[in-house]
Parts: sequence; structure tokens; C-alpha cells
Amino acid sequence: MAAPYDLTDDSVVVIIGSGAGGGTLANELAQKGIDTVILEAGARHEYDSFVNDEWASFSQLSWLDNRTTSGDWRVSRDFPNLPAWIVKAVGGTTTHWAGASLRIQEHEFNALTNYGAVEGANLLDWPIGYDDLEPYYTKAEDKMGVTGTNGRERLPGNNNFKVLEAGAKALGYKTCHTGNMAINSADYDGRMSCQQTGFCFQGCKWGAKWSTLYTEIPKGEETGKLEVRPNSQVLTIEHDDSGKVTGVVYVDKDGNQQRQAARIVCVAGNSIESPRLLLNSASSKFPDGLANGSGQVGRNYMRHLTGSVYAIFEEPVNMHRGTTMAGIIQDEARHDPSRGFVGGYELETLSLGLPFMAAFLDPGAWGRTFTTALDHYNHMAGMWIVGEDMPQESNAITLHAELKDAHGLPIPDVRFTDHPNDVAMRNHAYQQGQELYKAVGATRTFPTPPYPSTHNLGTNRMSERPEDGVVNKWGQAHEIDNLFVSDGSQFTTGAAENPTLTIVALAIRQADYIAEQMGSGTI
Amino acid sequence: MTTVYKAPEGISRRDLLKRGGAVGAVALLAVSGSTIVSVDRVWGMETTALKPETMATLIQMARDIYPHDQLADKYYAVAVKEHETKAGADETHKSLIEDGIADLDGRAGEGGYRALGWEDDRVAILKEIEDTPFFQAIRGGLVVGIYNQPEVWPIFGYEGESYSQGGYINRGFDDIEWI
Repeated sequence: MAAPYDLTDDSVVVIIGSGAGGGTLANELAQKGIDTVILEAGARHEYDSFVNDEWASFSQLSWLDNRTTSGDWRVSRDFPNLPAWIVKAVGGTTTHWAGASLRIQEHEFNALTNYGAVEGANLLDWPIGYDDLEPYYTKAEDKMGVTGTNGRERLPGNNNFKVLEAGAKALGYKTCHTGNMAINSADYDGRMSCQQTGFCFQGCKWGAKWSTLYTEIPKGEETGKLEVRPNSQVLTIEHDDSGKVTGVVYVDKDGNQQRQAARIVCVAGNSIESPRLLLNSASSKFPDGLANGSGQVGRNYMRHLTGSVYAIFEEPVNMHRGTTMAGIIQDEARHDPSRGFVGGYELETLSLGLPFMAAFLDPGAWGRTFTTALDHYNHMAGMWIVGEDMPQESNAITLHAELKDAHGLPIPDVRFTDHPNDVAMRNHAYQQGQELYKAVGATRTFPTPPYPSTHNLGTNRMSERPEDGVVNKWGQAHEIDNLFVSDGSQFTTGAAENPTLTIVALAIRQADYIAEQMGSGTI
Repeated sequence: MTTVYKAPEGISRRDLLKRGGAVGAVALLAVSGSTIVSVDRVWGMETTALKPETMATLIQMARDIYPHDQLADKYYAVAVKEHETKAGADETHKSLIEDGIADLDGRAGEGGYRALGWEDDRVAILKEIEDTPFFQAIRGGLVVGIYNQPEVWPIFGYEGESYSQGGYINRGFDDIEWI
């Protein structure tokens, strides 16, 4: 049923990447009868092949191609070649994600207007508002089966959530529940409900958590209008004299270089690879990279400020049992500059298994201060901080001056330094998180530093004016009508919410626009 | 080939001591020929690339870096055995380890590192070298080497794989009672 398309077929839409953006866009286009080819750098692992083992799964799914880091973020010291904890596989990071599906708040779409200019930050209003996206949020929630939306039940709370909830009550927080999760609380869309297995990050072996791997992609393939080519690493995007893109050069599963012609190219390789591909596609016509007349490709890299708080209690918690992200507190997600920073943050439960706790609780630490924490692993509760970080031009994905990948192309360098607003917000969140756990009897708390980035955003951002960004409000390159960006790199600002739902909503909306433009013969 | 195995029957602690094995000050590990044997004879490890005394010191060093009193030496032995394997294939790595251990022993004075009876005294020496490539190679390897052993997980209350048991939906995902 999967449609095989000819390499010279220049009527197809080529999508690079198969995660939340690429996988969703592909299915939406295929459902409309549009011929679509996905080129996915990673392999196809169906969900029964996932493993409940942190390091084994990390090896199976992670994007481990060499990258470098710079800037003064601690990740650069502790994990110098692992800036991001994202996936190289069919389904992209939707195999690994925790499932939190939150709408960006109305005021966050207009960050510059509502926060005012922030020194050192490159803030901008999105060229779309909440009202533009609202109908697509509903469609995305229905597609993904998001709990607590449109009549769907929420998930039951696990041990880790119960500790969070008790602490929230003690601190007087009002909005605390088990979240809006793309994890089935009941059978939905041919997939079963959550079995509280505790390995969300390792890929859900039940298929209870939404991933494009076993939803969008097979549905698209069933139409006969979508071909997915795994193990296909795109090297460059090509264009003609008029500046229209005409196809992509990639290395296929057998290691041979191929060229797939295209009517439209959509880039959805996440916020490191997507700008890298545009930069690596520089030509005499586009000497600074495709779609980079503004110089903004790769810039404004955001990662959410993040951080975790773990705590030890007298009695057991067993946080590893059940959904990894089992609940949320939203009271701090408001914009309230009286706290000493603009924007807000969410607090969401998180648990790691013992192997990852040892690696991430305090990377590099040793001795009894560290080991006595792990000694009480089963008495630990944990939460993750997800807050809006400031876009900064100097936080950027750039091409490494010397190091090359296996195909001879420069590898990406990921530069990041916290903005003072990020630091102020993280310190506030650390304090609140530690107070929360102390309020329910924690004997020891740990303000844990950010992990390698899972929310990578902003490096091909949307803007009203071409000089401020890379793509317009449809994710269409300002400079090239038949080139689109379809992943989180198009975010103008990061907002406080986990980004996947917005990526999916934008992809559904973009599919409508592409179909309309193709129908009218505009592109 | 590095192996960890149940020590052969018939080697008594007295035998080991008689054979002149360098017994650590804490008297948990004995070195005999090319083999390190725990004094309770539960396990042993043969070394070919590294000196057995070096391996015994590495095991003590591993415990001092990530001390868990509830973990037997065999888990630390498993955690550092990658260095024996690497040393067998790579002279540079062999030198890194042997030179690093010799340096530790030199800093410890007469009797060497393992002869220091107090953990604090050994840790003070480790603090002096914690920025060296030797220390970082040992410490870095231990993060996975110790904590990714499924055998240690139950000791910390981590239950590991759960899919085959149907997850925790009927096995205590929400069984907390004290909150």
C-alpha cells in the first residue's frame, strides 16, 4: 500500500523527518491525496521492539551523531557532545517524549508586546495568535487523544503525582492535576490504555502514548499516497536559477547518494538538524544558506530553561512506577514580573530510573554526598521545570569550522548561554520546588541542573517581517515559496509549555495551506 | 579474558595469605598470582593485562568514588573490569591505569593506597587527582559500570523492566500510603 515514488518524480512533496511535525504533516497531506515522501535519517523500530532499559533504549533510539557544544551552559561541560536528548528513528522524538500536550497561552504568542523589550533578548511577537491556532489545537488533541480535553478522562495519579499534589496543596497552588497527556486513559483510536509501565522515555511498548510511528505514519501509508524511506540522511536541498527548490540530495539505506526531485520541500529535522541542513545547502545564489537572507537561520536557539527538583522522604515513594510525567502544577505559568522575571514556568512530575538518575542527578559529582542520595532512590520524588527561556541571537546552531560528518559535511555546534531572565526564573522554580517537597516532609532536596535538551526550538523562527526571521506565519520560507519548515524550529518564542502539541497543530494547519496553494497552482 | 566467577573450592583464606597475596588493609581482597579473590571466596577475577594488585586497588578506588556500603566488592569489580579489557587491547590505556594507580600508591606513602585504613584519607588523595584524565576515566566509567548492573537495582529499590509484568497498573503505581 505504501506508494513507491520515482526519484525523478518532481510532483511529490518531500518531508525531511518523521516526528511530531514531519510525521503529522505527511499524514495530513496524504489524506488529502497529495503524493508525499518522507526521508527519515533513522531506522524504523516498531513499538514492540522498544526496550524497558534506559541505556539500551538510549542506544537504540537517540541521535548520537557527533555534535559539539559551546557557551557557558553546564551541558557543554558535562555532555560536550550531547547537546540534545532527541531521537533518530522513524517517529522522531515522539517515540521518546513524555506526552505532555499543553496549549501555548494567549499572552505568550505576543511575548514582545506583553513582556516589553528585554535587554539582550531577541523577543518578537508570533505572526499568529491563539485564535489562529485554536481550532487546530482541538484537532491535534483529538488526533492524539489528549487527556483532560474535549471530554476525555485524565489519567490516574501515580505515587510521584500524589507527592506533588500534596505539596501543591500545602503551598496553596490551585491548578494541579494529572495533566493533558497524549497517553490514552481509555482505549482510543485503535490503541490501548496506559498500563503505568514507567518507561515513557524509552518508547511505549503498548502504543498507549501517541507517536507518529504507529499513528500518523501507517495511516498515511494506508492511503497509498505516502512513502517513508528510513535510514535516509538528507545532505542538501537543491534549487534552480529562479531560487525555487527542486529536490534533495540524500544518502540512502545502502549508503548510496541519491537525488529525490520535489515540488515542495518541508524541513522537519528538529531545531539542530533543520538549520544545519539549510546552512549546509548554501549556494552561489544563497551564499549564507537557504532562506537565510535575514541571517536568522540557526539563531535564537531555545531549549526551555528546565531543571529538576528531586527530594528524599522518610517513607518510600517508588516514583519509577507509572507514567513518567504524571502530573502538573500550572500556577507559575502566568506572566507576573513581580517574581523578578518575565514569562512563566510549569512544574511537571518526572522520574528517572536508577541508571539515568546516577548520570543526571549531579553530573560529575562523586563521594558520599552523591551516593547517599542514590541510596534512597526508592524514597525519591521528582519534578521537572519547564519555563520560557529568552531567544538570544548568540545562542545558535552553527556549522563547525573543522569537524565533518561521515558524508563530509560540517557537523553542528550548539551554543547556549542562559539569559539573566532564565537564571532568575530557574532559581525561583528551584526554590518553589524545594519548598513544595519540604512542605510534605522531604528530608533532603536536590536542585538538579538541566539535562541535554529535549525541547529544541526557535532556530528557523516565524516572523511577520522577512528581516526578523526565516519563515512566515505558515512556516513557509520568506525567500523561497516552495520551502517550508515544519518542526519546532519555527517557534518565534518558546512559551512555557511542552512544545509537541503546538508542533502538531502547526503541521495540521500547514497541510491545509500547502494543499490550498497547490490546488490554486501558486506553488 | 577477564572473568568474574565463583572462586574454586579448596582455596582457603589461609592458602591465599600463605601464597603471599597482598591483602588490602581492609582485608577484603586477596591477590594470588594473576587472580584477585574476595576473602570470603564468593568471587574471583583473573587479570592478564593489568597487574592484579592494580585491579585490587581499582576496586577500592571505585568504592571510594561511589561508596555504597550495601554493595559487595563484586559489583565494583564488575564495574572496573572494562579497564582490564581495554588495557589488553590498548597500551595507552594500560599505561593510563598502571601509572595512575602507581601515582595513587605513591601519594599514599608506605603500603600504598589500599593500606590507608580510613576512607577520608583515601578520598583526600582522590581529591588531589580528581581533575586528571586517569581519575575521570575511572569515574566516568563507573557511572554506567555500577548503576547499569541489573543485579544492583533491587538493592536500591529500582525494579527495572516492567512491561513483561504488565506494568504497574495492578502492581502498586499508586500504593503510597503515608502522603
